[in-house]
Amino acid sequence: MGDNRAECLRGKGVTKVFGMGNKKTVAVDHVDFDFREGEIVSIVGESGSGKTTLSKMLLGLTGVTEGEIFFQGRRRDIGSTKKKREYWKGIQAIFQDPFSSYNMFGKIDTVLLDCIRMRHKGKLPYEEKFKMMEEACRFVNLEFKELTNKYPFELSGGQMQRLMIARIFLLKPKILLADEPTSMIDACSRSTILDMLLKLRDEVKMTVIFITHDIGLAYYISDKVYIMERGRFVESGSAQDCILHPKAAYTRRLISDVPKIYEEWDLSTV
Amino acid sequence: MKHTLKNIFHSPKFVAGFVIFCGMLLFTVLYPLFVTADPLEMVGQGNFFKPGTYVSVKDSVNAPSYRLNITVKDGNPDSLLTDAYKADMQDWLVRFGGVSEEEIQAAADGGLVELWLEKYDAQTAQEGLLATKKRQIARMDGEIRNLAEDVDLILAKENENGELEETATVNSGQYINVKDVVNQRTLLLGTDNFGRDVMTELVQATGTSLRIGLIAGVVATLIGLTLGLVSGYVGGAVDDFIMFIANLFTVIPSFVMLILITYSIGQAARGVTLIAVVIGFTSWTWTCRSVRSQVISLRNRDHVNLSRLSGHSMPRIVLTDILPYVASYVVMALILQISSGILAEAQLSMLGLGPSTTSTATLGQMMNWATMYAAHLNGAWWAYFPVVFVIAMISFSLSLMNMGLDQVFNPTLRD
Amino acid sequence: MGKVMLAVKNLKTKYVTRLQEDVYAVDGVSLQIEEGKSLGVAGESGCGKSTLALSLMGYYFPPLSYIGGDIVIDGKNISGMKPDEVRKNILGREIAYIPQAAMNALNPTRKVIRFIEDVLHAHDPKMAKKDIYDLARERFGVLGLPEEVLEKYAVELSGGMKQRTVIAISTILSPKVLIADEPSSALDVTSQKMVIRMMRDLMEKGYIRSMLFITHELPLLYNVTDDIMVMYAGQIIERGTAKEMVFDPLHPYTKGLMGSIIVPEEGVRETKLAAIPGTPPNLKHPPSGCRFASRCKYAAPACMGMEIPDIEMPNGRMYRCLMSERKIREVYQNG
Repeated sequence: MGDNRAECLRGKGVTKVFGMGNKKTVAVDHVDFDFREGEIVSIVGESGSGKTTLSKMLLGLTGVTEGEIFFQGRRRDIGSTKKKREYWKGIQAIFQDPFSSYNMFGKIDTVLLDCIRMRHKGKLPYEEKFKMMEEACRFVNLEFKELTNKYPFELSGGQMQRLMIARIFLLKPKILLADEPTSMIDACSRSTILDMLLKLRDEVKMTVIFITHDIGLAYYISDKVYIMERGRFVESGSAQDCILHPKAAYTRRLISDVPKIYEEWDLSTV
Repeated sequence: MKHTLKNIFHSPKFVAGFVIFCGMLLFTVLYPLFVTADPLEMVGQGNFFKPGTYVSVKDSVNAPSYRLNITVKDGNPDSLLTDAYKADMQDWLVRFGGVSEEEIQAAADGGLVELWLEKYDAQTAQEGLLATKKRQIARMDGEIRNLAEDVDLILAKENENGELEETATVNSGQYINVKDVVNQRTLLLGTDNFGRDVMTELVQATGTSLRIGLIAGVVATLIGLTLGLVSGYVGGAVDDFIMFIANLFTVIPSFVMLILITYSIGQAARGVTLIAVVIGFTSWTWTCRSVRSQVISLRNRDHVNLSRLSGHSMPRIVLTDILPYVASYVVMALILQISSGILAEAQLSMLGLGPSTTSTATLGQMMNWATMYAAHLNGAWWAYFPVVFVIAMISFSLSLMNMGLDQVFNPTLRD
Repeated sequence: MGKVMLAVKNLKTKYVTRLQEDVYAVDGVSLQIEEGKSLGVAGESGCGKSTLALSLMGYYFPPLSYIGGDIVIDGKNISGMKPDEVRKNILGREIAYIPQAAMNALNPTRKVIRFIEDVLHAHDPKMAKKDIYDLARERFGVLGLPEEVLEKYAVELSGGMKQRTVIAISTILSPKVLIADEPSSALDVTSQKMVIRMMRDLMEKGYIRSMLFITHELPLLYNVTDDIMVMYAGQIIERGTAKEMVFDPLHPYTKGLMGSIIVPEEGVRETKLAAIPGTPPNLKHPPSGCRFASRCKYAAPACMGMEIPDIEMPNGRMYRCLMSERKIREVYQNG
């Protein structure tokens, strides 16, 4: 499954080292990965496992100490600002905390118009922009008419995160990197966000890299799972294989730490 | 924005500070419209005249006079005596005049002067009294006899023959209405050592000092903000370099800079604006440091990362995604910088390094003059106390505003 | 039926926002917890569950204020007490509270044992140092916390360890009621499991005699508490045993909530998550009638007009909906 799909993002021996000498910490330690087009890939790990550092490297926000990343089959080159801008047309992100993801001094319209400007160079009539914004909001079950002229902080956490997805919908990047998009919002809004990520994959054929510490979410949403422990991938494969039949001890521990509904949750194994 | 402003003006502390500050500002603007005299004009010949209304003696003689039935004789002469005089008189009478305590008690309500005139004799051997005290009491006796005697004053002028010719007599029952005197001047706060009107001078000095504070504050904040933003956002070698410069400036006291500047450009060029700029130029470091540290924590926030992913340029990210977040802090820093600019000028001027100009006064210079001419030893409180009070009020109102803003911007500090 | 540890009747509280608007966050809540039992409160963010936790302590200070209702702890009504009296006599002894950020409450410059001393000395000023150490050591041992923690500073402990330490400290006087408001939500899954286990140990060993557990994580409630209540817009809309609530929800809102459960177990991938449309009502001006009506796909005109009565079922189950149980099962069957 997935192997006949086109190559999207591939990494070989990707490493990130912080500090020098005695204070050296290896956050990400020679990881290899291969994300294919149109699939949802989860990277699961506890806090401190290096998953956020990896995501920053994939986005090109921090440099790679060692190793190479291939974007659509070619070596990624983000040496100059111009090349970076070009790369960011292909990869976008949703972050963990919706409350800090917005510039609180800008209106919602500004956020969305910005995306339109980024994708469509040159002048578009306002009606067309309006139509695009409306469509994007409808995609995430929001009503643009109710949002226009409002500030992001007037929305709830779940709505803000949905607006982030609307932004992605407007940008239509090849890859979406979602870094714990649901950890700060409650269970009810969480399912909505997950459904929208699935919708992005199914309707826009987007590749979604989903980063989480909750293996339950990874199981629900992803096609492929990478389990990360202290900067290394300890297990990877399809979600079914990895989570229902885990091989690595770490994966098994992660699964046992999550409360269950249908089976007994064994509390004695801490 | 509107909401924030509304919140700010709901804070009682801010409003109190704002009202005091604006009141002072308004006063410095309005006062010169009503009192057009030159603030540095030397009104008095001699130094430190008491506050009060001064009338021309010559004009008061020529003013229409009225006879009032309240003469010194008719009234109780004791009421004209000060408590210190009374105490001295009673003490002398008991010790050397052979008057018993009971008699003194009885004379306390009146008749003390008569008792004195009857008993006092400068020839009495006043054993146990210092010579100075004896002389003082003799002087006091003269004054009391003057008070008690009802002698008309005779005004006279020379005629062609060189003889004095009486023109008018002024007796003790003669009064004039102060309003009838043509030439009078109210010196609310007296005069200073140069004989200038302290009130007018103070108002002008307050205005100048506020201007110095404002220029110094704006200069310091602008430099600090720009360097802080650049150093925090760019990081790396640029950050190291800017921090090196900032450290350098922290350890150079501003008056050392001023002495150097005075030497290089000369005493005459050291004007108000230059002093203000120099103060601003030496006090930007802590604005720079705190802006930098805030920017460093903002730099890694998700909305900045998103803005970078949207392909925005660095200046745009700094201006739209970072500056608004530090703006409230910068406004508070600006207010503190204004207040410390005014204080810095006062300190420099006290050391004699203030603006060297004879056309304006500053609060610090007024303090400097008051100290140099020993106003505090002469008991001339009006020459320094109002200045201290104004400086305190400016700092107080600005700190109040700052506290109010702090509470609005950091809700956790409330109550 | 055991002794009732916490009984709340028609509790109403409000808080005032920065713009001086009243928010009626707890609007007529009644509940009851018996000795040895635990009750879970579930709901979306903003439904008033955290305000409920604060209100139950009887410790009111601005912006929170009391409007009406009774809070009875083991037969003692605390709702009319002065804050000072509550702080001295109720908090820690009768009722203990653990918020989400409890771990940040430890002063980093003091050793853990000092906090325990403080708590015990407030209770009994003459308690000997040795007794304090013995009690602390015993309690830590039973709860599976290493003894060395007593001599450590808060900065030396990890987040999960700090949270567990705070829980151990705040229950050292064996309170009758423990109120835990999202005690594990800020922690990673492994620490969360340890916190949950510790809470269960506290209950089993009888150190706390009843517990109110507030969270939006339903799988957690299902595993920890005996009963679950669902709170919506300041009111309790359904109550039942954990099993009933998860597998047989009656109120349409509860049904929606249960539809959002995600666990790593077979079959979950295939289920379609049923998200609830719309947003909860604004508690500054709560709507009349059923507060869920505007988001409910089964809503009828009658739902908006009238105050909805609680339907109490013989087995102790309660729900607040105009539909009868039979009707509800029927409409759920038909999708």
